[in-house]
Amino acid sequence: MTDSVNVSGHSDAIGFAPGVYWIGALDPSLRTFDIILKTANGTSYNAYLIRGSAGVAIVDTVKENFAADFFRRLESVAAYDEIRVIVLNHLEPDHSGALPQLMERAPQARLYISRRATAMLKGLLKPCSSAFEYTTVVTGDSVSLGDRTLRFLHTPFLHWPDTQCTYLEQERVLFSGDVFGCHFCDARLFNDKVGDFRFSFDYYYAHIMRPFKQHVLDALDIIEPLPLDIIAPTHGPILRDRPGRYVRHYRELSTSSLSGEIGQSEKSLMIFYMSSYGNTARMAKAIYAGADAIDGVRVSLFDLEGGETDPFVDLIEGADGLVFGSPTINGDAVKPVWDLLSSLVVVNLRGKLGAAFGSYGWSGEAPGMIEDRMRGLKMRVPLSGIRVKLIPSDAELEECREFGRAIAATLAGKPLRKQVLDLADLA
Amino acid sequence: MPKARITFQDIQQTVFVPVGTRVIEVSEKVGSGIIYGCRECDCGTCVMHVEEGWNNLSEPSVLEEKVLRENMAGRHDRLACQAQIIGDVTVKPA
Repeated sequence: MTDSVNVSGHSDAIGFAPGVYWIGALDPSLRTFDIILKTANGTSYNAYLIRGSAGVAIVDTVKENFAADFFRRLESVAAYDEIRVIVLNHLEPDHSGALPQLMERAPQARLYISRRATAMLKGLLKPCSSAFEYTTVVTGDSVSLGDRTLRFLHTPFLHWPDTQCTYLEQERVLFSGDVFGCHFCDARLFNDKVGDFRFSFDYYYAHIMRPFKQHVLDALDIIEPLPLDIIAPTHGPILRDRPGRYVRHYRELSTSSLSGEIGQSEKSLMIFYMSSYGNTARMAKAIYAGADAIDGVRVSLFDLEGGETDPFVDLIEGADGLVFGSPTINGDAVKPVWDLLSSLVVVNLRGKLGAAFGSYGWSGEAPGMIEDRMRGLKMRVPLSGIRVKLIPSDAELEECREFGRAIAATLAGKPLRKQVLDLADLA
Repeated sequence: MPKARITFQDIQQTVFVPVGTRVIEVSEKVGSGIIYGCRECDCGTCVMHVEEGWNNLSEPSVLEEKVLRENMAGRHDRLACQAQIIGDVTVKPA
């Protein structure tokens, strides 16, 4: 057991609970992770070894380039023929990179993965996956190491479909995978010893876990009842000092701040637009007026020219319906609309209602392109967008008001469309 | 051409379609909450629950059954990108 450590410059495993060791690797020079994440001081690939009276378990491995560090640390506390159990909580290559070598060195070991990990195992380890024997596990399953028991928690989509957590009952340690992790490299390893990693923790949540908030809440429901002395994630500091704080913080981060603003019986509809000559703006205002006439829907109208992308992303996360208006310029929607639509991968849009509109000069592709993007974002787009050639007439503005009424009524669960249709009517 | 009826329970919308139409061809047009990822029987995003008319959908292929199993789909769940409508059914997002 270790109080203060500094693992830079030596290659031993670090014990942090009886029979429980860190055997990971530090990557201090990494500056960009997975294309999308900045890492101001690098990251760590945390892997763990648990020794029981009837054998040894390894929980997660490291990125392939760091396998030598991992194996040196492993060899400092165990022999390969002692390994009975290998658990992969998450199959992303930064955690499964050393798995093929590990399975070669410990062929007697059994691999435990979540049920949803099987297809990924085959996809990631194509040349050698057929040689692996594995057992799939769900919540309630466990594996014994004699005097130690590892219990599995099914926590999918944190942040891949395959993710799970593993709980060591006797030492009250949660091996959490990427949950409660962050890209923060510090050789002192433990949250009560490392530098200030609060920004890295929140930044990691915002970019990795935020799109899966409901899954985070589902996972917290099964994690919170566990007595926890230590949370051991796959990246960043090991959380041994008041780990419950991080569990509570995850629940706070996963609860929408807008929930108190819009009534339980109301739906939130947001209309975003850009306009060059004011024609798409006129359409937006007419759609807004129409939608606002429907009870049970709270409508907001935003000109993208007057706002920054990030606050709009925050707003959109709490909305039930989204309408985007763009003129068509050179056969495309305009850049601020694409900037916003391309920034929405960090929030969950699944099932939100979407619609599009816009004025155009001669071809008018923008609304259709926006609709395709919304479908790609897993939104539902039940009403075909509305397009107006150049300046909207009074009659066309009335069509826009009707379009707004139809969107809002659909969002409120009272669609204006006939309840029984023929497929040919929808063409 | 013989027709069948599909009802999307989440939006209370019924559509008459030619027999053999895939659910995916209808659900997006009416705005059901059934959503899609790969659209080719790989990712399991479009799992839907069949409320009524389980036997009025085409039989699942071996591949669809594998994807349903991997995604821990429940009883009477199908992939909307694969299932063809051969009689009256009622479905909703899983």
